[in-house]
Amino acid sequence: MNTTTPVLHVEKVNRSFHDPVDLHVLKDVDLRVERGEFVSITGKSGCGKSTLLYILSTMDTDYSGELYIDGEAAHQASKERLARIRNEKIGFVFQFHYLLPEFSVLHNVMLPGLKLGMKSSGEVEHRAMELLHELGIGDQALKKANQVSGGQKQRVAIARALINDPLIIMGDEPTGNLDSQNTGIVFDIFRRIANEHRRSLLIVTHDPDFAKRTDRIIEMDDGRIVR
Amino acid sequence: MRLLVTIALTLLRAKLRQSIVAAGGVTFSIAMFVALLGFMNGLNQLLDGLILNRTPHVRLFNELHISARQPVERVGTQGDTAAHNFIRSLKPKDDLPRIRNAEAIMGALGKDQRVLSVTPRLVAQVLFNVGTTDLTGQVFGVDVMKEVRYYMFQDYLVAGDPYDIATSNNTIVLGKGLADLMAARIGDLVQVTTASGERTMLRVAGFFQSGIAEYDKVQSYANIKTVQKLLRRPPSYYTDINVKLHDLNKAPALAKELATRFRVQATDIQTANAQFETGTDVRTMISYAVGIVLLIVAGFGIYNILNMIIYEKLDTIAILKATGFSGSDVRRIFLLLSMIIGIVGATGGLVLGITLQHIIDNVPFNTAALPTVDTFPVDFSARYYFIAVSFALATTWVAGFFPARKAAHVDPVEIIRGK
Repeated sequence: MNTTTPVLHVEKVNRSFHDPVDLHVLKDVDLRVERGEFVSITGKSGCGKSTLLYILSTMDTDYSGELYIDGEAAHQASKERLARIRNEKIGFVFQFHYLLPEFSVLHNVMLPGLKLGMKSSGEVEHRAMELLHELGIGDQALKKANQVSGGQKQRVAIARALINDPLIIMGDEPTGNLDSQNTGIVFDIFRRIANEHRRSLLIVTHDPDFAKRTDRIIEMDDGRIVR
Repeated sequence: MRLLVTIALTLLRAKLRQSIVAAGGVTFSIAMFVALLGFMNGLNQLLDGLILNRTPHVRLFNELHISARQPVERVGTQGDTAAHNFIRSLKPKDDLPRIRNAEAIMGALGKDQRVLSVTPRLVAQVLFNVGTTDLTGQVFGVDVMKEVRYYMFQDYLVAGDPYDIATSNNTIVLGKGLADLMAARIGDLVQVTTASGERTMLRVAGFFQSGIAEYDKVQSYANIKTVQKLLRRPPSYYTDINVKLHDLNKAPALAKELATRFRVQATDIQTANAQFETGTDVRTMISYAVGIVLLIVAGFGIYNILNMIIYEKLDTIAILKATGFSGSDVRRIFLLLSMIIGIVGATGGLVLGITLQHIIDNVPFNTAALPTVDTFPVDFSARYYFIAVSFALATTWVAGFFPARKAAHVDPVEIIRGK
């Protein structure tokens, strides 16, 4: 890992939808995210910010252009390899928490770590407990995922995003569904991740107060980055 | 892989009721398959055994017949001495229906690797004199101990000791029907007249019941020496040589070979009892068809339930993919889920099926035709367990394959953004 390599780098990304009507959503988007940067993407509804995020997340592969994650050309990688990249280098936090309701809070956090398989399950469990304590929800670890409150769920999702020490955390409106108190808690956690853990963050939000407090705001309009 | 198993098990636990219903379908079909085939094959073996146990694989005998090529035909149809055969009503020459050189033939067969046993027989046509009436019948002179060993003789012996019959002379085992006609009891003396007029008194030493009433009215068995004496023939006089093989299927070929080699007639079991094989095949085929249909229906059950689980768990699939599980991981999870249902169902099905087999095996079944049978017959062959389990696993794999493939192709972006 070269520290000067941007964590995330896209060039001339274009994305069109053909269903129900032809729609050119992203137009020649260029973007770089450096290590430890806390970046927010804002813009009006339908400007393409979420579409961009899902391309950056490697889940959406139906685009043209170049995408480099930690220097690796993701636009040429196989689906298996992309799954591995997501597992190892990217953490996700969604608007709706998307925990697995069948599993306990602790297991939800552990799953990506167990999938990565770099540590024994005991070590993964230890790390997961550490993260849950750090985020103030250590006492909820053994509850089922659907038995904890909305703000706590989002913190579980953040712990899950952090379990494999990813290079970048991506969020699609992670505070969109939370009240102002929980939004504050989540923002503080993100801030700490960026400052203390030196992780990059790329958060899509339509909350101008949230965006203002980040290091850099990327504003999108009609499929282009305008600022 | 262990992680995938854990995930599959957790998903299964979350949908426990549907999973149990799906596994129950497999259990039911396997149990029915095992019980049905075991019972059907048990019956088949019983019915076939009725004839096949007592039928030699190859029977050598010597029927008196006219020569295939008459002397006049040797002259030829060409030239000055040309002759044409117009002689009709030819009669065979006066000879005995015995097998010539029987001892030597038996010796040669005994050394043959394909042959399991060689037993001689002597058939005598007789009249049983009962008061002033005569009953026609046959006496089979047999080597009793060999018949017991290779032809299940003791199974059909409803009274009497085979050892007693083997060792004492001038004893006879009467068919049950024949004994009833003669009102004979064990220890009674019966008078027997041969076709050539010799009379002998024989002691009744036992009764047998073959299961075929017509046989039991005319047949009787005796020690081979007794019958030789009855007919006033020497000790090497045999009319039949019965051969049992290690491999039943070689009988037709061997029959042909022996007929030319020893210049006797030979029939094989397949020719003599063709209808039994057909009946057995058809019954087996029907049972397999029913069993396999049951398994396929269970497969559709699994398919439906798996599709339902996948539909309900789209969020879970999306999140697994978002956090780094690949499409093939997801496919494996759902295939595993299907296979777990299949394995649990198959294990339960085996247990239930074997239980059913034991229950059937203990149901009373009494029939005059089958003296040795008092409960329904069941074939506990492991072959059916194996077939049932492997077919069930194959079915669940196929039933799981398509839903699992669908799950693998779920687009997480669509699910996550569509919320």
